[in-house]
Amino acid sequence: MNTLALLSGSLTLLGAIMVITRRVAVHAVLYLVVTLLALATVFALLGAPFAAVLEVIIYAGAIMVLFVFVIMMLNLGQPDREREKEWLRPRIWGGPALLSTILCAELIYSLSTLPQQTDSFSPLSARDVGLSLFGPYVLMVELVSFLLLAGLVTAFHIGRHRMENR
Amino acid sequence: MPPTTFNAVLLLSSFLFTIGLTGVLIRRNLLFMLMALDIMLNAAALLFVAAGAHWHDATGQVMFLMILALAAAETAVGLAIILALHARGRPSLDADTGNLLRG
Repeated sequence: MNTLALLSGSLTLLGAIMVITRRVAVHAVLYLVVTLLALATVFALLGAPFAAVLEVIIYAGAIMVLFVFVIMMLNLGQPDREREKEWLRPRIWGGPALLSTILCAELIYSLSTLPQQTDSFSPLSARDVGLSLFGPYVLMVELVSFLLLAGLVTAFHIGRHRMENR
Repeated sequence: MPPTTFNAVLLLSSFLFTIGLTGVLIRRNLLFMLMALDIMLNAAALLFVAAGAHWHDATGQVMFLMILALAAAETAVGLAIILALHARGRPSLDADTGNLLRG
């Protein structure tokens, strides 16, 4: 297996673990950005450069900016940090972690006994994706635009009530 | 140059999904739960892209685009709900306290 793929895959997993164990929200956002960038590298190694670029631009760019913006507005303090620390004791998660490690070892073993077939490496360009997107899947594009509109209206609705209550 | 096997990507995707699920289960802070949801969506997207590369079909990346739009909508609505909860004088972002939402 290629070293690059192994490295970026383990960076993704490490970043994800760090995201769910941090106590300060901004640190978790930083690790989440690292996770998404590593995942974009995995996409590029899989022969999907368009998906990799979109992951960096939209996920690591736009969505993470939303997170940072909301964290700045909330201005969380010390009590939150103490409570999270209280709930992340090893005594609590030790047993389930041990059991799921056994399951994980079983999964790795059973996957390693399957026949390993390597992919033929030929990238799918943005042209292929666009032809497929606006060819057979054009109805799905319209449905996704409805979804985005619904998200916009919902966010506006919730924010409007918040301003009126002040 | 074949960089990865399909099994390895399946393994990475399932690990990533499990980490995200663990995050949703063990954290009660709404911000962290949203981030863990994003990790789970990314695991699904990785599976779609890997399957598209495996069978050399652009449909996987089309599904990736749909997941991207879904994640954007989900994050926007979730963060709006967090802001609304916080604006009503809730000092923490504990998910257990926010079971009443008259909106």
